[in-house]
Amino acid sequence: MKAQDYKTLFGGAALLALAATLPLYADAYWLSLGVSIAMFTVLATSWALFSGPTHYISLATAAFFGVGTYVTGAGIDILPYWTLLPLAALAGAILAAVVGLATLRLSGVYFVIFTLGLAEMIRQCVTWYQNQTGHKGTYVLTDLTEELIYWQLVALASLIYLIGWAINRSRLGFALRIIGDDEVVAAHAGINTATAKIALFMISGAAAAVVGAMIAPRYVYIEPSIAFTPLLSFQVVIMALLGGTGRLWGPLAGIIPFTLLWEVISVSFPNQTTLLLGVSFLVIVYLLPGGFVGLLERVRGRAR
Amino acid sequence: MDILITGLLLSGTYALMALGLTLQYGVARIMNLANGEMLVAGGFAAFALYTGAGLSPLLTLFLVAPVAYIVNWAIYQIMLRPLVKRARSRGELEQDAILTTFGLSFVMVGLMVWFFGGDYFNYSYLARGVVIMGDNYGLNRVVAFLCSVVLCLGLYLWLNHSKAGMAMRAVSVSPQSAQLVGINVPRLSARAFALGGAVTAVGGVVISTFLTLDASTGVVFTMKALIIVIMGGVGDVRGTILAAVILGMVETIVATLIDPGLTLAAAYALFILILLFRPQGLFGKKPA
Repeated sequence: MKAQDYKTLFGGAALLALAATLPLYADAYWLSLGVSIAMFTVLATSWALFSGPTHYISLATAAFFGVGTYVTGAGIDILPYWTLLPLAALAGAILAAVVGLATLRLSGVYFVIFTLGLAEMIRQCVTWYQNQTGHKGTYVLTDLTEELIYWQLVALASLIYLIGWAINRSRLGFALRIIGDDEVVAAHAGINTATAKIALFMISGAAAAVVGAMIAPRYVYIEPSIAFTPLLSFQVVIMALLGGTGRLWGPLAGIIPFTLLWEVISVSFPNQTTLLLGVSFLVIVYLLPGGFVGLLERVRGRAR
Repeated sequence: MDILITGLLLSGTYALMALGLTLQYGVARIMNLANGEMLVAGGFAAFALYTGAGLSPLLTLFLVAPVAYIVNWAIYQIMLRPLVKRARSRGELEQDAILTTFGLSFVMVGLMVWFFGGDYFNYSYLARGVVIMGDNYGLNRVVAFLCSVVLCLGLYLWLNHSKAGMAMRAVSVSPQSAQLVGINVPRLSARAFALGGAVTAVGGVVISTFLTLDASTGVVFTMKALIIVIMGGVGDVRGTILAAVILGMVETIVATLIDPGLTLAAAYALFILILLFRPQGLFGKKPA
């Protein structure tokens, strides 16, 4: 490792430690905002981990999140909470592997289409199963406090950053960047493109599922329409694109302003949230193609 | 037998909405993820005119089609044309189009929720029984099916036996070569996108006569239309219609024998089979 790498590592660790102190001085409102930000940090960063280098847009975050939520919902009465998190990760990874095996060997369009309806499809299946067994929702009763949920999410975020950092320096990261630039070249250079993509998508899916499992105690009562809300997939894509997917910290630059903006929107215009979300998304796609990261790099490039 | 006929009746409408999408994707090269929302918007228009003005959905068709054509033409010119110009490759255009239309779908859901609220909408039109081969079917479903068949047939004949239709097919095969033989590709793409949108909205009017819709169901229809288009092979009208029939049948079988709530799961099962065995479409040739 070079000195630059140590600097990045220590800088990141210091920032995360700073983030972890939030519950010590924040009141309930800011803490709940903190939980949202931490949650979207993990979701958007793990999304960008896959979709950033490969340019394959995943619209299925809600599916993984919902699966994780239901792992907690179904298992909380049988197993101790801490064993549910790895189980959720496993469930998310398996789902991602299935999606990946079906679509990632083919062109990117199939992948996008498959992920588009995935959350809705799983929601249907869960609803059906619940109708069969005769109960509508599930209660998740734990003694986890908001602080503890926040710390868990920050810890998970650190893990994701560490994984992302490690991947960027590894052969896998290098392979993915080549795939993103030109898939044909990558295949000719001897890279097993399908395996590389599937592996990364599994990591991304597992992370989203764990977030769902961690957030479930906060909902207390979960039902399919809450766990698999399509808006979540959309929010994650917006935030990641607003920040920019070219850098590991990019999504974070989008999450914080967007979460605050979202607060304002949902308080002032409760009936037009979806509309405003859609409009802001279009604005980002047209005016900020590379997100804040892209903007920053263009400004820097001009200054030079 | 009963299942087969119900499935066939349903597939007529599916064919219509998938043809709309195949025009947009096959000719205009825009993978439109807001397709289902356009369908729901058509359905809402039919609902509003039926309950508000007592206008029969069959008449609404003639109103919705030109309006949807103009709206979609404007969407293409204002939102998608800049992307086509900016894109350096087909892959890049695909990615931009996916993002834009994905955003557009949420804008449309938002608009519909704003104007109509998030409730379910249905109205009772021709809700009488009609007996076919000893079993009872809703007259509205039969009328919807006939309506779809007429429109699909018209579209098929137009694409295959008119000059404008031939130009469309030429663009769908190769935009570059089409330009060489004097076809104005940008203008034709806009028209194809507009026509596709109009066909989809008309499909929405037809479907609203027998299905209950709400503002956020669009994604389900987008999904089904996409699956049909892939199964049939992009730009292939025959394949699209056959695929629509298969999907309609499979869905009806699952809905009657297992549970009506699992139709999307059935569509996904079909989708996985297609991806595993015939990703090039039913009639498509294997790429070399």
